[in-house]
Amino acid sequence: MATVTLSHVTKRFGGVTAVRDLDLEIQDGECFSMLGPSGCGKTTTLRMLAGFEDLDEGEIRVGDRVFSNSSKRYYLPPEKRDFGMVFQAFAVWPHLDIFDNVAFPLQIKGLSRAEIQTRTRRALEDTGLLKVQHAYPGELSGGEKQRIALARAIAINPQVMLLDEPLSNLDPKLREEMRFEIKDLQRRLGFTIVFVTHDQAEAMAISDRMMVMRDGVLQQVGSPIEIYERPSSRFVFSFIGLSNFLPVETREGATFVQGAPEAGPLAVVRPKGLPDAAWTLACRPTHIDLQAEGGLRGTVARRVYLGDLVEYRIRVGPHELRIQKGARHEVFQEGAPVGLTFRHYLGYPEG
Amino acid sequence: MGQRRFGTAEILLLLSILILVVVVAIPILLIFWNAFVVEGKPDFLRALALLKEPDTFEALKNSLVIAGGTTVLSTIIGVFFAWLVSRTDLPYKATMKVLFLVPFMLPSFIGALAWKILLSPRGGHINRLLMDLFHLEDPVFNIMSLGGIIAVETMYLFPFVFIQVSGALERMDPTLEEAARISGAGLFTITRRITLPLMMPSILAGALLVALYSLAHFGVPAILGTERNIFIIPTKIYEKIYASGGNFEAIRTGTMLSSILVLAAAAILYIQSLVLSSGRFQVISGKSMRPMVLKLRGLKWPLLILSVLYIAITVVLPTATIFLVGTLKTYGLAFRLENMTLDNFTYILFKWELTRDAIWNSFYLSLSAAAVTMLIGTLISYVLVKTKIRGKFLLEFLGVLPFSVPGTVIALGVILMWSGRFGINLYNTAWIIFVAYIARYMAFALKSTSAALEQVHDSLEEAARACGATKWQAMRDVVLPLIKPGMVAAFFLIFLPALRELTTSVLLYGPHTRTIGVAIYTLNEDGETVYAAALAAIALVIIMAGQLLIKRVTRAKIESA
Repeated sequence: MATVTLSHVTKRFGGVTAVRDLDLEIQDGECFSMLGPSGCGKTTTLRMLAGFEDLDEGEIRVGDRVFSNSSKRYYLPPEKRDFGMVFQAFAVWPHLDIFDNVAFPLQIKGLSRAEIQTRTRRALEDTGLLKVQHAYPGELSGGEKQRIALARAIAINPQVMLLDEPLSNLDPKLREEMRFEIKDLQRRLGFTIVFVTHDQAEAMAISDRMMVMRDGVLQQVGSPIEIYERPSSRFVFSFIGLSNFLPVETREGATFVQGAPEAGPLAVVRPKGLPDAAWTLACRPTHIDLQAEGGLRGTVARRVYLGDLVEYRIRVGPHELRIQKGARHEVFQEGAPVGLTFRHYLGYPEG
Repeated sequence: MGQRRFGTAEILLLLSILILVVVVAIPILLIFWNAFVVEGKPDFLRALALLKEPDTFEALKNSLVIAGGTTVLSTIIGVFFAWLVSRTDLPYKATMKVLFLVPFMLPSFIGALAWKILLSPRGGHINRLLMDLFHLEDPVFNIMSLGGIIAVETMYLFPFVFIQVSGALERMDPTLEEAARISGAGLFTITRRITLPLMMPSILAGALLVALYSLAHFGVPAILGTERNIFIIPTKIYEKIYASGGNFEAIRTGTMLSSILVLAAAAILYIQSLVLSSGRFQVISGKSMRPMVLKLRGLKWPLLILSVLYIAITVVLPTATIFLVGTLKTYGLAFRLENMTLDNFTYILFKWELTRDAIWNSFYLSLSAAAVTMLIGTLISYVLVKTKIRGKFLLEFLGVLPFSVPGTVIALGVILMWSGRFGINLYNTAWIIFVAYIARYMAFALKSTSAALEQVHDSLEEAARACGATKWQAMRDVVLPLIKPGMVAAFFLIFLPALRELTTSVLLYGPHTRTIGVAIYTLNEDGETVYAAALAAIALVIIMAGQLLIKRVTRAKIESA
């Protein structure tokens, strides 16, 4: 069983706490993404998992085996962890041909020549590299280099595969393709994936579960749907997709936009559990409807045609909201008054 | 603008070609001509027969031994220290890294002078001390031998390898090694199968530079070898030219030996370009990350002590020796306060015409050569990098020449060219040294100015043109300010080595055109050890001051030439 467990994991670099008291359990065979802006601690967490970084506090276990333990100062070295890992900059060795790159981990294990042959060939086949096995990395494209890295990582049949932003050096089209390939390999070979990315769309597309980190602190763990639909904080809401935040105030059941009472009341219900009368309404651009009459009153400040979408910037008092509508929607001119209604929204404490 | 057939670009190209032809190409051609053409007919057999003469053959053999030995030793030491400061947790790494570059600044012939004072078989201070201490009959060390020359050359040339390898280790993408680690390989396996093979081009590049320099250097073998009849190609050429009073056969032997030097240098550079151009070694990462560091544990302090000792022995000891000997009233007196005086320095600086002249000559020659060479280099680099005109390949070919011409060869070439053969006789004047310096240091200027120009993307100039600037305004207001750091770097890259130059000027100096290097060398030859050391001490002070000045003036990183 390759359940990966992190308990109270903390890592400091000088005075900066890169990861703070992280508790996490990654299930066997799951595809788990670590998402967050750069510097949030996601890569550090992955490197601690891989064994490249020691822990300042806490423990990492895989199955029931301890891999890192700070109080016992025990760290299984990276070369003993039997993980597969794919790096952002590919890290394929330019002085070895494709075959030797992929065969390297098997050679290190001291397998027989015949077994190295078969297993390398299988890894190459799985990644579609068999045709170019005698080429050198310098002769191949970025996508192919990333395939080499993948093949090398799966060659030893790892239980856990660590992926450090493996797609960010590829162009968008290739990125999507590789995403499917990684998923596909996982289905066939059954390894656990820990995937680091700063791209929320990528994380949502690939993950069974994901977590969002910020400044070394875990913000939320859950399935992509949970995280998209019920972000636990304003930060997660803004990180996980396009967002509007509108400061509002609810008094005696009626909710008004702060600084723009003349825009009229909003047809919303203040979510339970908010501490103050003043709160922040959070809403996705696609979750707001436009109408000529009624609703929250605003003015079209700008309208941008995006092909299948039309994007509006609507001014409501001192605030501006971003709204996206299907292209065949009723069109409002710039400068025209419009009314807004909020189909889905969430509330967060003010600030 | 427009389709004129002969515009500014063409004029610049012709001018560049002309300069390189006169300064570098013709002198080299004259050397080959003198070596292989007798009375208008090519004659390779007689040329080869000259090489079979025992003394020239011996010099060739010694050159090979010294260059080979120095290269191997420098590579081992350079790679080891580079690895130590960039891949281990050695204490005070940053400081040690700077210290390992110090030997670069010391002129090796001054180092040789110091080591001769310390380790010559009979008179050397350390030898005498050891003989007294242990009541020995015979001296322990003999620095005036092939082994001694190799040791001293290594001390001052290993930084070539050190710079290349430590730079490459730092630029290398650390995930290349991490990928091997996660694949199950331990540190030793990674070093053997990943790191070392990936470092090979840098190691080779450094090693080849060491080979090039140790083949062409005059100073160390002249000071440590000549007295003992150990000659290498450059010192043999010097001996032939001077001892024979310039007779034809001697000059022919000189040109023959020079031809060998040129061919060897060209071969070395060719191998280097082959190694560097094969694309299998692109290891540079975009991200800067902390590389894997080996914990030295118990070896931490012993290795630091070893490194500090190495610097102390190769840098501090010889430098201190030079300064101390420079203060002695007479050579041979003990280093006691009553035997010391600062009068030597005032005498050399202000009273003695020979040394006063030498300092002045070196100053104005290096200053003017650096300025002129830098400007010519900028012009040629501009044509090479920024213009697209027909006939550029000719300039590209000529532009490679300065890199492959050793100092001795340049000296001989300018002697052949500027001794009246073409109606101009500069022999025994400062001008002949000036022309030689331009040829000798052109490579430095080309390298750093073309690097600077390549950094300036064409679109920057085009943006200026689009804003209404003429070609010249764009050049003046955009390109020149951007490449100025490169030009300043080029200036200092020439000025400082020229200030301490010996290999070329020793063949060219006249009665009143000694340079500092020549003066130190001839004073030492004449047995004026104290004055030689005092002048060397002054040279060291000037060089150190110059290095500090560079640091303040340019923050641009100066790679070794």
